[in-house]
Amino acid sequence: MATMKDLRGDVSTWCPGCGHFSVMAGIQKAIVELGYEPHEFAIISGIGCSGKVSEYIRSNGFHTIHGRSVPVAQGVKMGNPDLKVIASGGDGDGYGIGLGHFVHASRRNIDMSYIVMDNNIYGLTKGQTSPRSSHGFETKSAAQSNKEYPVDPITTSIVNGATFVAQGYAGNIKELSNILKRAIEHRGFSHVNIYSPCVTFNKVNTYDFYKENLTTIEAPFETRDEAIASIREHEGLVTGILYEESRDDFQTKLGTDFDMQSLESGPMDEALLKRVQKKFES
Amino acid sequence: MRKSIEWMVGGQQGEGIDSTGELFARTLVKHGYSVSTYKQFMSRIKGGHSNFKLKATKDRNYYAGDDVEILLCLDKESLSKNEDKLVENAVVIMEGKETGVERPEGKNYQILSVPLKKIATDLGNPLYKNMIAIGISSALLDLPQDILGEIIGDIFSRKGEDVVKANIEAVQKGYEITQEFLPEQIAKLEATENDDLLFISGNEATGFGSLMAGCRYLSAYPITPASEVMEWLAQELPAVGGTVMQVEDEIAGIAFAIGANYSGTRAMTSTSGPGLSLKTEALGMAGMAEVPIVIVNSQRGGPSTGLPTKHEQSDLQHMIYSTHGEIPRIVLYPSTIEDAFYLAAESFNLAEIYQCPVILALDLGLSMNKMTIPSFDSKRVGIDRGKLLTEDQVGEYDEAFFKRYRVTDDGISPRPKPGMKQGIHLTSSNEHGEDGYINEETDVRNKMMRKRLEKIKDAMIQEPYKLQSNGDIDPKNADVLLVGMGSTYGAIEEAMTKLNAEGKETFAHLHLQQLYPLPINELKDLFGNRKIITIENNYTGQLRLLLQQYLPIHDQIESIVQYDGDPFMVRSIVEQMKEVV
Repeated sequence: MATMKDLRGDVSTWCPGCGHFSVMAGIQKAIVELGYEPHEFAIISGIGCSGKVSEYIRSNGFHTIHGRSVPVAQGVKMGNPDLKVIASGGDGDGYGIGLGHFVHASRRNIDMSYIVMDNNIYGLTKGQTSPRSSHGFETKSAAQSNKEYPVDPITTSIVNGATFVAQGYAGNIKELSNILKRAIEHRGFSHVNIYSPCVTFNKVNTYDFYKENLTTIEAPFETRDEAIASIREHEGLVTGILYEESRDDFQTKLGTDFDMQSLESGPMDEALLKRVQKKFES
Repeated sequence: MRKSIEWMVGGQQGEGIDSTGELFARTLVKHGYSVSTYKQFMSRIKGGHSNFKLKATKDRNYYAGDDVEILLCLDKESLSKNEDKLVENAVVIMEGKETGVERPEGKNYQILSVPLKKIATDLGNPLYKNMIAIGISSALLDLPQDILGEIIGDIFSRKGEDVVKANIEAVQKGYEITQEFLPEQIAKLEATENDDLLFISGNEATGFGSLMAGCRYLSAYPITPASEVMEWLAQELPAVGGTVMQVEDEIAGIAFAIGANYSGTRAMTSTSGPGLSLKTEALGMAGMAEVPIVIVNSQRGGPSTGLPTKHEQSDLQHMIYSTHGEIPRIVLYPSTIEDAFYLAAESFNLAEIYQCPVILALDLGLSMNKMTIPSFDSKRVGIDRGKLLTEDQVGEYDEAFFKRYRVTDDGISPRPKPGMKQGIHLTSSNEHGEDGYINEETDVRNKMMRKRLEKIKDAMIQEPYKLQSNGDIDPKNADVLLVGMGSTYGAIEEAMTKLNAEGKETFAHLHLQQLYPLPINELKDLFGNRKIITIENNYTGQLRLLLQQYLPIHDQIESIVQYDGDPFMVRSIVEQMKEVV
């Protein structure tokens, strides 16, 4: 059985107090408590502060490019369905440049988890507006305040067919690791958005702000509509599992017996060549 | 007795021009002929003129030809658009009020008018008019009727006996008309004994080669002229435990495939120029992270949305230089449809041996047209997975955290698959140390840059280039070397033969199949001090520029270029050569 120590990777460069520490610990705790070994996972990250999580957790990692962790992760799962696959990134990464992939992953339902560290700001590029920054939010790139309204990630995944949608908060690690355990075990695409305060650049969405404003949802809603109504009623400030549905994942629906791993060096398959070549013979 | 035929069918798109052409081509292949085809079509589903040209010869050919001897006009534009290609005494078959033959004043061809639509409708379906026209074409060549009957049986058996019967009747009607109105024009096409022939397109051969190389996953986005690679593999992969995914965009197309390759599966993506533009950031990631990936880029007319259904070879610099920063990569470009099979297979080996992106270049001419080729030889290319480790091999390293980017003598690091107990490792798109962790120290950076960029220096396909000297002229003794790439192969071959026949200077033909890294030493020997002419379908002479960049040949090289969206004609190459030489 793996311990938290077995899952420790490179030394972190996150700012002291960063919410991402809790998200990482939540993922590690979920893996330990579920009884998995580090080698059974592949953690695929994008870039930005959140992107470093693939290095800080000792497992198979792939630190990819901006906004592309979700398509890479889906490819990893297609290539090797035995791996447990987690894509992880930030709100800028996943809901800005990666939004299209996120919507399509929600409707496609490949068996993987997408964990987003949502700090409502761009951290590593030093504090610009993110797609999750609230209306009226002031940053260096929106000096006269943000004129746009934020992307709503959890209703987006719900309306687009995701079969598991939850929201967590970095300040509540117990609830968070429980959510993550359920997300990892869910068969299909699971989306977890996590409020993860940026203590350096975001002076609005702080730990205190979330402590005062978050409402806990005790059990998932029966329907997508009910979940969306509740999220809207609380202006997105909810935590818990919001919607869960059991539906065949993409690979089950394909119904193919995958054998993409067993190829060895050697000659071409003569019988296959002969069989397929027949289609082109005169 | 005829030994060759050049034939064309033209009409409105959506009228079955393609299937008519394909049917006649298959008939000629079955008769033992070597057939090359070329399709012209527009970026719309219905309407607009399209045509299908073929040349069939007794000996092997690689080019659909300059001329037309039989022209089937299923619309009025077919004649005006192709009149200049008609040879002396060509037969033009056209819709007319009643059957009859005329020779328009001052013209060198004759027109056979037939009320095709009316006869077809009487037979049960106006579409049978294409079959009547095919019957006329076959009769002009005195082809045995049973060949066509067999093929029609194959194609239409699913639609029922009545349809097969009506199609055969339509063909017979064509025979009767020909015997009645054009008996003088009938010239028997000599049968040959070739029976080991395949009739296949470049896209199909590429998909087939990939399948044979063990590729089990393709993710892509539809784009002309590359879509067929995806469509063909979508039919074939499930039977061998693989799959094709049409994903949301071009970026996802490459990202999914990189993920699958990272997991240990041989995977690819297929695209055309505009798609490659979108994929270039991920191309850089594959180079930096040293993940193998095969990208098929079937070029079309650019830039931007350009000429989406026309032929061009203008992505050369794009394929060799695109993405920010500097990465290892290999760019291959098959000369012929046959080579598309072998080079596709070799691409997967090179991608895994060198752990880098391999771009397999095609062009519309190579992708979408069919040719007759000999059966494939499974011994010519094997499967080589490079330094991909087994579970036991990983165990021998005995590391708690596997050094993915271990520095080795050849710059290539042993690669575990994720999921191996002692193979936990980190793959990274950031600059990194041997363990994969981000590392920006100057000595680490220098070491890793050298490792990545030098490992492919000697990367080489088994046949780095094709060299054809047709006849007695040793290319090292030729006065002029014609250099091309991709689908221009056949036209350059024929042009060279014609130029050599004129006997003034001697010409040899070099067709490059590995564009990056260039086989510089071998080329240097061949180039010597002789005149070099690149013949390429782009404006700036990108192949010439590439050769000039690596070889001291500035004063001896020139280009013949064509960028109008059509392939070269032999005639135009020969004329331009006379001006250049």
